Amino acid sequence: MKARVLVRLKPGILDVQGASVQRALHGLGFGEVQELRVGKVLELELDGVAGEAARRRIEEMCARLLTNPVIEDYTVEVMG
Amino acid sequence: MNFGVVVFPGTWSDCDFHYVISEVLRQPVRYVWHRDRQLDDFDCLILPGGFSYGDYLRAGAVAGRSPVVEALPEFMAKGGLVLGSCNGFQILCEAKLLPGALMRNECLQYRCQSTHLRVENAETPFTRLMRPGQILKMPISHGEGKFYADAETLRRLRDQKQIVFRYCAEDGRVVKDANPNGSLDNIAGVINEEGTVLGLMPHPERASENAMGGTDGLLIFHSLLGSLVEDGSFLKR
Repeated sequence: MKARVLVRLKPGILDVQGASVQRALHGLGFGEVQELRVGKVLELELDGVAGEAARRRIEEMCARLLTNPVIEDYTVEVMG
Repeated sequence: MNFGVVVFPGTWSDCDFHYVISEVLRQPVRYVWHRDRQLDDFDCLILPGGFSYGDYLRAGAVAGRSPVVEALPEFMAKGGLVLGSCNGFQILCEAKLLPGALMRNECLQYRCQSTHLRVENAETPFTRLMRPGQILKMPISHGEGKFYADAETLRRLRDQKQIVFRYCAEDGRVVKDANPNGSLDNIAGVINEEGTVLGLMPHPERASENAMGGTDGLLIFHSLLGSLVEDGSFLKR
């Protein structure tokens, strides 16, 4: 089965990368961009687990390695 | 005092630390591979700078879960001291052995330059030969050294005197202009509650000989040696 973890900087934490990309977009004429934040996507392929059990395993992975709770939030999407 | 210099794949300051400890301080030192868990021979372990595991995922993230780092709590419980510089600081935060996190520099540039640091806490085994408010000169070399902690954690760090070094101007003023990476409160180095783990972004090993432009980094090493000689209290084992 496949799953996807979306990792974002927590709200309120300055995203200097996002601000830089936003400025670049403004330079290209996309002045309507009011805010831009950069996150990351982790795509996982798992074997031998599914559904809720898989979600729990992935949440454990997030807690132990994939995310840093001091600065990041995450969501898990399990895709069957 | 027996030093161990931890080496991860991608560590780059290991040889500099080894050189300073063996050739400048004339103390016994050996390298410790990141898979080692046997740390009983050491009084102080150094986590040097570099790009451990390529800094993939986050700086220090993978190294922060390595066998040698997992063995650190037991090492500390037995009285061992841990010093993390640059990537070593990032690793210690990732391992939750130090509070906070280190993020991309606010200027988005890799900064390799000399900095001035103000000593905020001179009552640690790492700083006991310094004066409170003393200004030190040490280089930095990093792209992800912006210290961040939430408001509650920052308050606790201040209350418990866990902020050890802050970036300052040459005359000691702690101002924004002297902050090379956007660190919260100009924080350059913090210590854990127990006073056994120090993390700092600057490189003391690159400021340990006059030929390198200064010797302020030696104050950290000499403080450590003094801690052993003068009370030995951290050597409980």
